[in-house]
Amino acid sequence: MPSLGADMEAGTLVEWLIQPGDEVHRGDVVAVVETQKGAIEIESFEAGDVSELLAQVGQTVPVGEPLARIGEETPEVSAVLPDPADTAPPYIPSLGPDVQKVSATPPRPTAVVAASPAARVAARHAGLKLSELRGGGPDGAVVLADVEIFAKNAASSKQATDGLSEMRKAVAAAMTRAKQEIPHFYVSHTIETQGLSEWLAARNKDRPPAERILLGAAIVKAAALAAQAVKSLNGHIVNGEFVPSSEINTGVAIALRGGGLVAPALLNADRMSLEEVMEGMRDLVTRARSGRLRSSELTSGTLTISSLGESGADSMTGVIFPPQVALLAVGAPQIRPWVDGEKVAPREVTNFVLSADHRVCDGRQASKFLTVLADKLSRPEEL
Amino acid sequence: MNDSEIRQAFLEEIHKIAPDIEPADVSDDDHLQDDLELDSMDILNLVTALHARLGVSIPETDYAQIETPTKALKYFASRHGP
Repeated sequence: MPSLGADMEAGTLVEWLIQPGDEVHRGDVVAVVETQKGAIEIESFEAGDVSELLAQVGQTVPVGEPLARIGEETPEVSAVLPDPADTAPPYIPSLGPDVQKVSATPPRPTAVVAASPAARVAARHAGLKLSELRGGGPDGAVVLADVEIFAKNAASSKQATDGLSEMRKAVAAAMTRAKQEIPHFYVSHTIETQGLSEWLAARNKDRPPAERILLGAAIVKAAALAAQAVKSLNGHIVNGEFVPSSEINTGVAIALRGGGLVAPALLNADRMSLEEVMEGMRDLVTRARSGRLRSSELTSGTLTISSLGESGADSMTGVIFPPQVALLAVGAPQIRPWVDGEKVAPREVTNFVLSADHRVCDGRQASKFLTVLADKLSRPEEL
Repeated sequence: MNDSEIRQAFLEEIHKIAPDIEPADVSDDDHLQDDLELDSMDILNLVTALHARLGVSIPETDYAQIETPTKALKYFASRHGP
């Protein structure tokens, strides 16, 4: 059972698409698994003949447990569970403890925790780890009152989350972790997009709906090109270290009806034509809504783009999707006064806010990303 | 194609894009974006589906003319042959 998100703990097998004896290749869809983010098509990380299916339909399988066995020479090796070293960076099993390695001051020290004897006993009874508690005693030592407060809060927050959908819990877990672990900083830039919108309108005018291109696709393509220019924003934190990605897989945040978000990746968006980016985004949105995204699409994003759409509020400051290190939030375009040479004229402008991980880069790189983005958007015919 | 067939086609295509929207629950003056919360990709997919089904290619500049079932019915009735 592969991890399909930093916060995923288990998935429920819905359907097998292979049988013992079948030959599978890397990347073949072998099963469908129900997760908090809907049904996901699981791709094989290995090639060979299927020797045994280990999980039953309907069974909930923890992340890391084998689902099936592929090949006969290494019967003890799980088939679908990839070797992290083999597939990283797209497959990131968990970053929890590792991320701390790059933190100057780890948020949760794992060394011996200072605590009063009464607190130790109470924590043991309550099944709590002292390292998870905030110490309010001398020198940050955990005292009995800290344990009691934590246990009380944990009980009430459990009640509060009972009413939340699984999707909301998944979003909450990922975003809470991102905000706790990633030292975010934000750089914003207002870019004139009137020329781009006019160019798209002229291009779409005489084309049937199936061939039209949306502003969002042009922004995704331009962002992929900007990521090409600023490599320290495109990649993952793996085992506590930043690994820039040679591929630019733009995660596209898609709001699901009924609430929640998924951010499947458009693989190698920088190498696609604008038409291909548009087609790819259409396909992702359609499959996100119908619940048939592929496992690789959920884990291989290297930089996410989240857009408020073509109408609505003018700007948003987003939360980075771990293990990525940057997220570009796009406001809805607005007509605003714009200085053009000596004149002020009403023009369509769009606000972009880049959230970036300060462990990996500084304002200079974030600023460069946004200025390259502005340049790319000013020359849509080259996208 | 009569009015009720056009209306049905319009609502069925909305339902295909947003399965949570049941045709029976949509009122004639519901706004596609403001009330039914379709985004720009949904609208484009709707327009694409209507092009295939009704043979009418709606230019982007006309999107506002199909923003409610009432408006859409009027729009298609004047363009769609019998």
